[in-house]
Amino acid sequence: MIIVQQKPLNEIFDMTRNFKSLLIVGCDGCASVIQVGGERQAEILKTLLEMNRKLKGEGELKAKAMSTLRQCDRQLTASSLHPLVEDYDAVVSLACGVGVQTLADLYPVKVIVPAVDTEFIGMHDTKAEKFLEMCRACGDCLLFETSGVCPLTRCAKSLLNGPCGGQAKGKCEVGGWKRDCAWVLIYNRLKEKGHLDLFTKFRGERDFRVSEPPRELGRTEEKEGTQ
Amino acid sequence: MTKPIYSDLMKQLSEGKFVFTGELEPVKTTNLHEVLEGAKALKGHVVAANVTDNPTAFAYMNALIPSYMIQKEVGLEAIYQMTTRDRNRIALISDLLAAAAVGIKNVLALTGDHTTVGDHPQAKPVFDLDSATLVRLIRKMVDEGIDLNNNKIEDPPKFHVGIGANPNADPLEPEILKIERKVKIGAEFVQTQCVYDIERAKRFVEVTSYLNIPVLIGIAPFKSIAMMEWMVKYVPGIFVPDEIQQRLRKAKEKGGKEAVLQENIEIFGALVREVRKTTKADGVHLMAVGFEWIVPKVIEKSGIK
Repeated sequence: MIIVQQKPLNEIFDMTRNFKSLLIVGCDGCASVIQVGGERQAEILKTLLEMNRKLKGEGELKAKAMSTLRQCDRQLTASSLHPLVEDYDAVVSLACGVGVQTLADLYPVKVIVPAVDTEFIGMHDTKAEKFLEMCRACGDCLLFETSGVCPLTRCAKSLLNGPCGGQAKGKCEVGGWKRDCAWVLIYNRLKEKGHLDLFTKFRGERDFRVSEPPRELGRTEEKEGTQ
Repeated sequence: MTKPIYSDLMKQLSEGKFVFTGELEPVKTTNLHEVLEGAKALKGHVVAANVTDNPTAFAYMNALIPSYMIQKEVGLEAIYQMTTRDRNRIALISDLLAAAAVGIKNVLALTGDHTTVGDHPQAKPVFDLDSATLVRLIRKMVDEGIDLNNNKIEDPPKFHVGIGANPNADPLEPEILKIERKVKIGAEFVQTQCVYDIERAKRFVEVTSYLNIPVLIGIAPFKSIAMMEWMVKYVPGIFVPDEIQQRLRKAKEKGGKEAVLQENIEIFGALVREVRKTTKADGVHLMAVGFEWIVPKVIEKSGIK
């Protein structure tokens, strides 16, 4: 899941200050599942924006809250916003950065206001009541060799040949000895599976070209040319 | 196959001599005076001295210039420490070429403490390579005269490459396997983090003996009681036996700072002797940054010639 977090309200108030009407659009995908950017949160944000205008004596705000099925999907989003979007001065998005950019792409002349910060690709640890980053979308998955623990994401140094000297009793010094050392986790799991050869294995330097933005996937230029 | 020997450190290790190395720390200054004075204090007592590379991620003077200067001005061989925290592979290759050009013979390949524990915690951590891939880079440069992408190097460098290790690591086994990994790709010597307990030193030398790599046990006297207390409290895994702590505290009560330093000489002289007598370690790496003068005294006290 893509984990998002609502921006401070004052920041949202500030970005929307100059618009008389706002279309507030949540996303029924990840942002909704983690209860930060779904339809319900769009409704709440609408109420807060209206209240703020009233309290500051800045006049009435015409606003509508809604959500799209997946804001990162161009067609789905276009079909739910069309032609409604034309009636509003600006759009507030509660989706991740992909959702915001989809809107910006669909409506290049409209101001799109991001109401959330996109944090990371992660999962909900219900026991710890936390969201944890799990994947960096590095483009070169290593999880088979590391027994399902991603060292690129869960090791603060993204080491391929860990653990480093910054672990004690399986905890990482980064963040004050609270987080698990990914490489001790990997070691423990591989040991249990009788696969320490995968731990001792030397992993050479990474090719960062597969991990660096901006990345694309799909039809290549050559193929287009041959059509 | 006998490997060529380029440095005095490697020469002494290959001859089976019990070796001493020291440590120098360039700090946030443009003045080389302190480092050179430290080097003078060590010269003649240690075969070589490590020059630290932005230790604990503090932005200090780079390690290469002082490494060069202690060799040139003092005649003390340098072990140029190199971490992968602040430089990508391009910068590392570039600095390795420069290091060889000015006569550096030993490199200690380290990953480096994380940026967030340093004095610019906001910095972007690099870690393009890690200590293992840095060892491989150096091996390729030295043995094959090529860089990571097999580009030919004119006048390839002649380095020996060492690695760090932590005998206090808990769990210890992954630490040992990590050393094994680096020995397989060509690390030539190990310098350890500081050990205060002879049993830990013994255990570490024993469990790494199968790797056939020279091990220098790290020993770090305490500059002050405050430093000792800080280490005990904040450096996880460090174990300082009660006896050492009590002896130093007692010395402080009796004779203040000066007595603490004198007691250090007694305690660590004896510890060095124990390492020599009871383990098969190949030497001791003495870390006394900022009070390097104590190193010759500790060695003298140990009675090791």
